[in-house]
Amino acid sequence: MSLDNVPEHDEDAAAPAGEYRPRDFKVVGTRPLRPDGIDKVTGKAMYGADFYAPGMLVGKMLRSPHAHARIVRLDTSKATALPGVKAVMTAADFPAPRNIEAKDVGHHIMAHDQVLYDGHAVAAVAATSEAVAKQALKLIDVEYEVLPHVVDVDEAVKPGAVIVREGQRNKKVPDGYSDNCSGWYECGHGDVEAGFAKADLIVERSFKTASTHQGYIEPHACLASMGPDGRADLWCCTQGHYGVRRMCAGILGMEQSQLRVTASEIGGGFGGKTTVFIEPVALKLSEKAGRPVKIVMSREEVFRATGPTTSSSTDVKIGMTRDGKITAATAMCRYEGGAWDNWTVNMGVQSAFASYDLEAVKSQGVNVLTNRPKQAAYRAPGTPQATYAVESVMDELCQKLELDPIDTRLKNAAREGTKAAYGPTYAKIGLVELLEAAKAHPHYSAPLEPGVSRGVSNGFWFNFGGETCVSLALNFDGTITLIEGNPDIGGSRAAMTMMAAEELGVAYEKVRTLVADTASLGHNETTHGSRVTFAVGLATIKAARAAKAEMCRRAAKFWGIDPDAVEWVDGCARATGHNAGDFEPMPIEKIAKDSPSTGGPIVGHHEVTAEGAGVSFGVHLVDLKVDPETGFTEVVRYTVFQDAGKAIHPSYVEGQLQGGAAQGIGWALNEGYIYGADGCLQNPGFLDYRVPVASDLPRIDTVILEIPNPGHPYGVRGVGETGIVPPLAAITNAVSRNIGVRMNALPMSPPAIRAAIKSKG
Amino acid sequence: MPVVQIFGSFRAFTDGRAEVTVKGTTFKQVLDALAHDWPALAPVIDEGVSLAIDGRMIKDSWFEPVREDSEVVLMPQMQGG
Repeated sequence: MSLDNVPEHDEDAAAPAGEYRPRDFKVVGTRPLRPDGIDKVTGKAMYGADFYAPGMLVGKMLRSPHAHARIVRLDTSKATALPGVKAVMTAADFPAPRNIEAKDVGHHIMAHDQVLYDGHAVAAVAATSEAVAKQALKLIDVEYEVLPHVVDVDEAVKPGAVIVREGQRNKKVPDGYSDNCSGWYECGHGDVEAGFAKADLIVERSFKTASTHQGYIEPHACLASMGPDGRADLWCCTQGHYGVRRMCAGILGMEQSQLRVTASEIGGGFGGKTTVFIEPVALKLSEKAGRPVKIVMSREEVFRATGPTTSSSTDVKIGMTRDGKITAATAMCRYEGGAWDNWTVNMGVQSAFASYDLEAVKSQGVNVLTNRPKQAAYRAPGTPQATYAVESVMDELCQKLELDPIDTRLKNAAREGTKAAYGPTYAKIGLVELLEAAKAHPHYSAPLEPGVSRGVSNGFWFNFGGETCVSLALNFDGTITLIEGNPDIGGSRAAMTMMAAEELGVAYEKVRTLVADTASLGHNETTHGSRVTFAVGLATIKAARAAKAEMCRRAAKFWGIDPDAVEWVDGCARATGHNAGDFEPMPIEKIAKDSPSTGGPIVGHHEVTAEGAGVSFGVHLVDLKVDPETGFTEVVRYTVFQDAGKAIHPSYVEGQLQGGAAQGIGWALNEGYIYGADGCLQNPGFLDYRVPVASDLPRIDTVILEIPNPGHPYGVRGVGETGIVPPLAAITNAVSRNIGVRMNALPMSPPAIRAAIKSKG
Repeated sequence: MPVVQIFGSFRAFTDGRAEVTVKGTTFKQVLDALAHDWPALAPVIDEGVSLAIDGRMIKDSWFEPVREDSEVVLMPQMQGG
């Protein structure tokens, strides 16, 4: 199901303030073939591991087998002496870090005097072959003094816990927490105690979620080449090559102009490729060896030494009247993100109650250090965990008060004018429309077969903009080359091509969009925060408008009339107005062909720090059945409702929503880092860390609503992240109703469900 | 002068005040005034914050206008995935 089945939205009610203007689209909203499709299905596309250079060496990293240990002795002399080894490095080869980011990221990549997680690298080699590199790693002599470790969030937060790193306690953290607590945030408004006093029913529960990995297919890979003059090139798979340049330059003490980074095609990222793990090492090895160095992570390395999401422990308390009105709500979120500070808990705290219009709400959270790898972003970082807890309690309240889950959410839903729990007052948002669409959908009214139960959940994500540049060149044959600076992780080349074609009034096939390296275009913030279709799209439209204005000026010169008397319509300059004269429309092809003689090449460009990304909401419905004998859960029907503002290429939007749901189903049912008593990861591979595969999933239906974002010319809202927020609770609510036991920990693997069923007695 | 709403964890730097009035007609001027009037907030602002101005989250646009009656909320800087 798609746009056709959704009630028309009243565009006038959207109040075309800001950038947004209603229009009739010709290209936007259609479903042209993806520009990268043939390259990807034929193997022509170049991923991170596909780059080669003459004289290239193989880089490998030696990793700690301990969760927490002091490095007593590190001797690389035998490895250095091995024939075929061209360079060996340790953390001592990195210069003093320039800033906190370089310090933390560099420290996470390679240990100094202590290893802080299982898989923490201690040294690296570059050799003429993989076999020699592996042999060299075995010759590196490391003596460890094993230290006590802590990997569980609830253990790490307690006073008296093993301290992961001294001196990291944040002064905002209240008494009663261990010195592992590196961050604290809280928000809310109103008198929650007075609110709870008005409630007819209060439910207070605690929840835990396991750390999960983004599960991208392509492991991290890079090729680095640094010359003796200190100038370097780096090719890598990343969500943001400008960020890679910034981080590598910071860690290695380079000037940014001396490092050119080219992003490869990307085999998935989902937030996990917004930072660096191997790139500074490859650059340093290349510098030392005087030859290019390629590093490709194994899958085991990806699990042990990249950045999974935070694991969490959350308490939620909600009070409600008999008729379903929330009177007060509180949350306390404890997130662990490995051995370094991070801001993920801030997002969890702020988003926990973002879907509701509440008079009294308080949300708090603490970040806790553990002996795990430094967490990285994962779609809507921090938000699925908090939402899971809140939406689970909402469902229990609905069940106990015998209320309809959607009606109850509608009764309390945030809308235009709502003071969000995290502070701002919402402009036009689409949650009410989404809930109404879900309620009216055949899925919600379909009778449940015996053994099948249904779950519902809301979800929210902020969406961001950020620094953005694009350049749009008119070629002499009238075709268009559009240059953007964000790796295409979700169809951005198609979306940008469509927006450029729409604005210029030309066919989709006349525009080709390419991703520039860091030396060819100004800075572009990393592809994260669901920002690209919004921010790069906005810049693309503005660049196209700049090119149109110049084309109108050229036509005006040719006709000898005022440029103000020329407008751009359907790919042609047209003279307008009473006194403009009678001229045949001048097509883009003629303006392009004549451009060398009318003033030179025509290029539109736009640079902006894009603000005004509209927030996003989603509602998910799931039907599932649970086998009481085995505890196996089968998802039999799933429907996603989400507001896209304007779906540029609806197939890609549907793909984002389906992908978020699929990853959320995995998070809810099977995925989770499992640590042994020694603090080491027990399941660093896809056999034991089980992501859902196609045969595990039903068809995931999508319903796209389009409530325009006032901050974008076409009304676009980001769609990449919200889709992973609701599934955790939607599935938990369905499982809990199915087995008659409230589930409070993820993943709900078959043994966990069996144990819950047994606990009923 | 605009009133800036200070949420829980930032209130430790404003003597517990939930709202403070500062001079300023732009994003940058408001942040500078906050750092000036409440010196304990200065390092927090240096580390990175956002302002929600009339419902729009502004990350780093110095010249974004702030009206006398604008709703201004001090927020942490955020990241996505």
